[in-house]
Amino acid sequence: MNDSGPHRSAYWRKNLRTLASLLLIWFIVSFGCGILFADTLNQFKLGGYPLGFWFAQQGSIYAFIVLIFVYVIRMNKLDKEFDVNED
Amino acid sequence: MDILTWTYLLVGLSFALYIGIAIWTRAGSTKEFYVAGGGVSPLANGMATAADWMSAASFISMAGLISFSGYDGSVYLMGWTGGYVLLALLLAPYLRKFGKFTVPDFVGDRYYSNKARVVAVIAALFISFTYVAGQMRGVGIVFSRYLEVPIEWGVVIGMCIVFFYAVLGGMKGITYTQVAQYCVLIFAYMVPAIFISMQLTGNPVPQLGLGGNLEEGIPLLEKLDGVLSDLGFAEYTSGRKGMADMLMITLALMVGTAGLPHVIVRFFTVPKVKDARLSAGYALVFIAILYTTAPAVAAFGIYNAIQSTSEKNISELPTWVQTWQKTNLIQIEDKNGDQKVQYLADPISNELKIDKDIMVLASPEIAELPNWVVGLVAAGAMAAALSTAAGLLLVISTSVSRDLVKNFNPGISEKKELRIARLAAAGAVILAGYFGVNPPGFVAEVVAFAFGLAAASFFPVIILGIFSTKINKEGAITGMIAGLVFTILYISYFKFLHPELNTSEHWLWGISPEGIGSIGMLLNFACCYFVSLFTPAPPQSVQELIQEIRIPKGAGNAHDH
Repeated sequence: MNDSGPHRSAYWRKNLRTLASLLLIWFIVSFGCGILFADTLNQFKLGGYPLGFWFAQQGSIYAFIVLIFVYVIRMNKLDKEFDVNED
Repeated sequence: MDILTWTYLLVGLSFALYIGIAIWTRAGSTKEFYVAGGGVSPLANGMATAADWMSAASFISMAGLISFSGYDGSVYLMGWTGGYVLLALLLAPYLRKFGKFTVPDFVGDRYYSNKARVVAVIAALFISFTYVAGQMRGVGIVFSRYLEVPIEWGVVIGMCIVFFYAVLGGMKGITYTQVAQYCVLIFAYMVPAIFISMQLTGNPVPQLGLGGNLEEGIPLLEKLDGVLSDLGFAEYTSGRKGMADMLMITLALMVGTAGLPHVIVRFFTVPKVKDARLSAGYALVFIAILYTTAPAVAAFGIYNAIQSTSEKNISELPTWVQTWQKTNLIQIEDKNGDQKVQYLADPISNELKIDKDIMVLASPEIAELPNWVVGLVAAGAMAAALSTAAGLLLVISTSVSRDLVKNFNPGISEKKELRIARLAAAGAVILAGYFGVNPPGFVAEVVAFAFGLAAASFFPVIILGIFSTKINKEGAITGMIAGLVFTILYISYFKFLHPELNTSEHWLWGISPEGIGSIGMLLNFACCYFVSLFTPAPPQSVQELIQEIRIPKGAGNAHDH
């Protein structure tokens, strides 16, 4: 097992990059589509939903779930790749 | 059978179930008492977290809040779910790896300081107490509405139940009871929602029904916008709050969620780091089932309420209106004497007052569902209130027995520590019950407090404790105190000292007391950073601790000092 400092910081950097991209999406779906651009998006319809309203009351929540599961899968892979997993 | 019999039967059965589980899973060691032995499966923990999280307010009041605020109500939906993303990505896995039992444990060890630990304990106790008082009140209200006993008796009965399984079972008992409570509460929430969605839109899935068409072929939301503007209200789907305030409230609720000690502690109960991540995902799925249904219940509720009362003859109102008039949750006053109900935005000519809790509590009757559904909703509301109260009481008892007593008397035996934990839980139940019976006048206001304080105190120091090796004890202590003091003063100023000034023109940058926790959080971050620049860096042992919690390997079980 490789347990050196550089090995660990490479793992940590990759982790931070994953976090940054997922949190960016987190910000866009909620604060972006749900609030900042909600009025603009409301001009479009999703079924009977104005789109901005849908993001604020439905879509952002679905996106949150997807984000966590993507994170789980990515991190399990990363843990194995760097041999820092628990099994 | 009539409604009252069904309610007694279903509430009684659910209580018997919780007590049975508590006896079956009672805690034998401090580890079982604090973190359920650290052996809970991610799925069960996710379900328990969901029940722990969804309080009487989520179950009874949230849909009604959205009914009357429309789009603006989205802050609760996004705020109380988006926090789980932060929890899963930024906190849960690392705190699990750290492997102690409480949030003050982490703060004390990472910032190598008992002072930091004590500040954290005080914050944890304050947050949990403000929250639990509201829950006990919720238990009392549900009892008094459905079982026709006085509120005081309702609180006492609720206290006895919580006392029994929280004190006896500790975290282990609470976890498995919460799994059962989740099932009860989600079933109770979904049954009326599905039927109402079917009746209004023909679609059994409420999440789709909300975006569906009414029988006449017009989208429900479009019709609702029209109906509300005709009566002088703002459109349902467009916002009324300032954008800065929307952003700040959402952020404060998200960050507050991720910083609530009773939520964080749930992730200490799973066996592995990867279980902590997965478990946060499951928790959000279980929470989202209710949180995506609530906006549908909200819109259906306000639509039905208006359709069945507005411009209708007072003598010909549906029976549910008459039933709930007795409880004063619906009030009708025929001001212009035309024998009809006028529901209007203008408070002077408006003749109808609807309490927000009606949207959920009366939903089975509005949908003309059989009596047993009413009993089911009562049992669901009880489950929501009890599960949250129990989780909070555990945080309180752990804070006392472990973070205070054990930390300053490391020599005490496990048996004695367990006894102190149980005593503290018992004391907390009694105190919470007292507040339930004699609520301080500001129960509704304290919610803003709990979230604002969690956002302004714990979240920044935990995040920085994991993601920075530079932040030291001086920074963390200053940050927590600055965040707490600022947030407490701002909320107290507008909520208690000068409620008459509580309008947007007096607020700092147009941010309401509900959203001020976000600013408190930024202040905390800034203090941590700048104070750490000018004071000695954390010692080598802490640097190693940080490196250690960043990788999952070697997590082992949650362990003692």
